[in-house]
Order: sequence, then structure tokens, then C-alpha cells
Amino acid sequence: MSDHPQPHPFQPDIEDSPFTRYQVMAESVIELLTEKGVFSADDMRRTLERIDAITPAQGSRAVARAWVDEAFRARLLDNVNAATAELGIDAGPIPIRAVENTADVHNVIVCTLCSCYPRMLLGLPPDWYKSRAYRSSVVREPRAVLEAFGTHIPDGVEVRVHDSTAELRYMVIPMRPAGTTDLDEAGLAELVSRDAMIGTAVI
Amino acid sequence: MRRHHDMGGLVADPVVPSEHDYAPWEKRIDAIMRLTTGDGELFAIDELRRAIEEIGPGAYDEMSYYERWITAMTNLLLEKRVVSVDELGRKMAEIEARWKAEAAQ
Repeated sequence: MSDHPQPHPFQPDIEDSPFTRYQVMAESVIELLTEKGVFSADDMRRTLERIDAITPAQGSRAVARAWVDEAFRARLLDNVNAATAELGIDAGPIPIRAVENTADVHNVIVCTLCSCYPRMLLGLPPDWYKSRAYRSSVVREPRAVLEAFGTHIPDGVEVRVHDSTAELRYMVIPMRPAGTTDLDEAGLAELVSRDAMIGTAVI
Repeated sequence: MRRHHDMGGLVADPVVPSEHDYAPWEKRIDAIMRLTTGDGELFAIDELRRAIEEIGPGAYDEMSYYERWITAMTNLLLEKRVVSVDELGRKMAEIEARWKAEAAQ
């Protein structure tokens, strides 16, 4: 024992550093699981590449095909995962159900419990989809929420809100806009926005 | 009883259609989930959901989305004894020291 005990150094404040505790935690988990052989550095790299590769364009292709091919449309409504596989799109193992907008019905999707989303078709969900405001409100006053996106659904059109779960996700098939008979399938796909497939936009 | 994550139908602030690009650290957490969760993997998707739902109301609201994910996945790794508290603590100290040294250069 020293006569003049040295004070312990202060615990460095992680708040002062350019990274957060959660980022350190994430990197620690990656390194520990790599060391334990749960996955390899190569698995991590390929997974990150796949995350960047999945964009809403995958969903747009499926919608455009459904607009031009009645038999495909029926198969898409029957089983999204099987129908998109025909287009070479891997929609993943979790079932996705397509809900179709018509002149009488407008559909919108949410996950009130968390953030379930057809990410294999549309990529990572937008911020607002995961927000408390969207999750709470869209099932309560969907028309008002849609107005926040600049989307007005006439009173005569029924609005259906579909609440996704870990076991079942949804995608919206928007209505094909008028005046698009000249467009080919690729041109039509360009019209199909991410938000149209969530249901917060119409085309 | 309603649990905190179950917020459908509650009165909330107006929806702001905000967008942001995912930061690299967020994508890395997403990748951990994809590599550990699913049939035959370390966790079932329902286990991950349960772990997220077990984060208390205060912490749930303070954390960002991917902060909740990494917290939940780390808790599951500890719970399943894939990783020990001691191991995790040492690895976190090591990475923090490494990153601080890199930042100081």
C-alpha cells in the first residue's frame, strides 16, 4: 500500500469519442462470432454486398410484369415468393402476400410491432416506416397519414391497412396509371416507386 | 397488458416522411442479424423479436433502431452462452482502445 494512493484514472467518456458504445458492441460481436467460426469474414463481406444489391427495383419488376401478364398477376397474388422466383428474384423464406389496389380499395402496409417489411423485394425499409409515429398512427387514421405523404385517397375508396408480422409480410400492387399503354415492361417498372409498393404513394 | 413495442393505434406525433442513408455500422448490424437469425441459425426470428421487446420502455425509446437490434442480439448471445460476459467485456475494451488509437493518429 502506498502512503499516497494514486487516484484511479477516470473511465474515458465514450461520449467524447467518434464512435458509440453500440458500434463497439457490434464490432465486438462480429469479431467474437468470426473467431468462434459462426460466420467468416467472407460471409460478412458477401452479406454486406447483398444488402446493397437489393433495391426496390426488384419489387418494381414484379409489379410491371403483373401489369402486362394476367397469368403472372394471378400467380403473384397467389404466392409472391414463388412468382418472383420466376423472374430470378429471391424473395426469401418468409411468405410475402401481395395486396392489390383497385378503383375501390387502396392498401397500405405497416408493422406496428417492429419493422417487418418485404426487405428481400424492396431493400431496407425507410426511416419513417420504423418510426413510432407511423407505426402508431397509420392503423388509427390512415388517410391523415397518407396526406402527410401528399397522397389523397378519395372518400369513396376504402383504405385497408395490413399489419405485417415476423411470419407474414405484405407488398402492395399499385394500380397501373392511365396513359401507359405505350410503355414496355421495363418502362412500366420505372414508374413503380418504393412508396407505391408500401401504399403511401399512388402512381 | 399492452407492452411497450405494441404501439399500433396509439396517439403519436405527425408522421414525418424522413429518409436517411444507412450508415456502415447499421448495415453491419443488419448483416449480423442475417448471419445469425433464421432456421438452423443461432437464433430464431421470434427469439430476436422477444429480445427486442424485452428492452425496457425507457431504453427502447432512447436507442435508435439498430442500437436496439445489437443490444437484443448481444443479450441473446449471452443468454445462450455463445459468448460470456467476460469475453465480451474484454473484446469491447480491445476494440475501443484500437479505435481510439486509430482516431488519435
